[in-house]
Amino acid sequence: MNDRLPAGIAPVVNESGIEIQPLYTAADVAASGGDAMLGRPGEFPFTRGIHPMMYRKQPWTMRQYTGFGNAADTNARFKYLIANGQTGLNVAFDLPTQCGLASDYPLADGEVGRVCMAIDTLRDVEVAFEGIDLDRITVSLTINGSASILIAMYLAMAERRGFDVAKLRGTAQNDILKEFVGRGTWIYPVEPSLRFVGDTIEYCAKHAPKYSPVSVCGYHIRESGANPAQEMAYAFCIACAYADEVLKRGVPIDEFAGRLSFNFNIFGNLFEQVAKFRAGRGLWAKLVAERYGATKPGSMWLRMIAGGGGSGLTFEQPELNIVRGAYYALVSALSGAQTMALCCYDEAYTIPSEYAQRISLRTMQLLIEEIGLADTVDPLGGSYYVETLTNRMRSEMERIIAGVDARGGIVGLIASGEIQSQVSAQAYRRQRDLESGAYRKVGVNCYRTEDEEPDVEFHPYDEADARAQVARLAEVRCTRDGAAVERALEAVRRAAAEGSNTMPSIVEAVKAYASVGEITGALVSVVGRYREPVRFGE
Amino acid sequence: MTAAPRMRPIRVVLAKPGLDGHDQGAKVVVRALLAAGMEVIYTGLRQTPEAVARIARDEDVDVIALSSMAGSHLAFCRRLKPLLDEAGLADKLWIIGGNLPKQDHGELRALGFRGIFPSSSRLDDITAFIEREVRGSRAATQPEAHA
Repeated sequence: MNDRLPAGIAPVVNESGIEIQPLYTAADVAASGGDAMLGRPGEFPFTRGIHPMMYRKQPWTMRQYTGFGNAADTNARFKYLIANGQTGLNVAFDLPTQCGLASDYPLADGEVGRVCMAIDTLRDVEVAFEGIDLDRITVSLTINGSASILIAMYLAMAERRGFDVAKLRGTAQNDILKEFVGRGTWIYPVEPSLRFVGDTIEYCAKHAPKYSPVSVCGYHIRESGANPAQEMAYAFCIACAYADEVLKRGVPIDEFAGRLSFNFNIFGNLFEQVAKFRAGRGLWAKLVAERYGATKPGSMWLRMIAGGGGSGLTFEQPELNIVRGAYYALVSALSGAQTMALCCYDEAYTIPSEYAQRISLRTMQLLIEEIGLADTVDPLGGSYYVETLTNRMRSEMERIIAGVDARGGIVGLIASGEIQSQVSAQAYRRQRDLESGAYRKVGVNCYRTEDEEPDVEFHPYDEADARAQVARLAEVRCTRDGAAVERALEAVRRAAAEGSNTMPSIVEAVKAYASVGEITGALVSVVGRYREPVRFGE
Repeated sequence: MTAAPRMRPIRVVLAKPGLDGHDQGAKVVVRALLAAGMEVIYTGLRQTPEAVARIARDEDVDVIALSSMAGSHLAFCRRLKPLLDEAGLADKLWIIGGNLPKQDHGELRALGFRGIFPSSSRLDDITAFIEREVRGSRAATQPEAHA
């Protein structure tokens, strides 16, 4: 019972389970741990921001998630967004590419270029980035199961175009552990999947030290049903699993931790999210410093993309998603994110239109130009409420991480399906609460408008496009040196079987124009395929 | 006095067709069906039409349910229909949920999907529809069950 609540005032508990008071004072801040973890922006433990000047020096990178059909069409959309002021690219791949299947594989039927861009060989990657200055525009590849192949293709393409790979910046999502919890583009069993992520981190530390080979995603765990504290805590557990995998190969923490980046969700209560990000920055810095003995400040930085929150958007009254997107952008800016991408208002229906993408981009731009979000670092710092909640959220995340460690670590809990079962039980309760009205959603369970046709332009899907992609793949197969491809694939199989780093052989294979499907097939022939555990407990 | 013969619980196979990895909704629906007392065979991701038809036949289900969020539902269902017919499952209840644009509902119905539950459908509507339809078809084919 909350003895501070006057009679008749209902208690409020945030999604992470923390009770929210109607008023906070300095006494609450002190009782929650005071300013022990606060510090100054740019200084350990970075709660207030990883840089001293934050957006004063450089506003967040704007990076809308984009990709559809084929590489040429996607390249045109990339150029449209860049012409409209976008400062980075966030590349979306179709499901066959994400699942490591060639476009002519039977399971790919009906899926080629459907949700995003189809990539089969290095040729497609060359077309996708044609004419784009990769030194000026950093590229994020949203790819996981087949990430090592797409990273290899991206680096090979950049090198052939004359960019210095040692200086190349960019990011790959490459967070396979979360794919087992949500999103589902896994290919290999858990252990070899983890090993292949380790291969990319180790390879990039040596050959592409400015490239971020992993973006650890709390985002999709949240989408699958996790609360905000679990979202960040589980992401940190996963990031630690990758760090452990690389450390056991003898790579020092300070040689790769600085290139680990993160992707977080933003929907929900504004203050809970801001507190989550501020708490997370301090907690991650502490973890990397204390658990791993990192000494470089950059190793301790929680660099992140934030702004999207698909589960927060609604199918009903989709134009309200423009408003939600603006609030999410506000939260992201108040939270000190390095990069922002917003879900578009039409995304519950279709691949976003050019118009919808532009609205999202303009939303971010007007926060900088009109609303003053880039003027001052950590503008909510010092609020009794936000500081107290930041401390409470950090304690909650620490409690969750300790629980995972006590149960043998995140890898085992994901392999057994326990995390999946837990978050899906929570998603079920959230859905029931949504339907009962306990969890309020405007346009869904209150303020509904009946029988209104949404004004959404559906993205067309052209079967002929898929056939053209299959034809392009066939042409590459005819014109490449088949013996060189076979030798390269054999080297991939050998590296996988011997347990050596698979990346050098994958890089050679993509340069010989081996396809995503062939390289994946080579790895599957050695390590096998993942089988999903099915559990429906708590 | 004898008790009424026990009704076999409704058996449902819930499949994720194709490569779509968005399974949050499918798993939520599984939990709702279980809570309504049904038996559910959840296939997990990446099912082919052949696999769905085989599992539905082997598991002797009353309901074949698909959850599709990534837009390939028509291509998949066009391939699935003849396989279900061939497996002798034409008289079972076929339903589909997910991101299903309105303009596709007519073809899905024509293919034999009697229940179409687009995004934002309510769990109780799904379970009530299944109970009504399966009870109706059992009453038509197995009148003794209601003796």
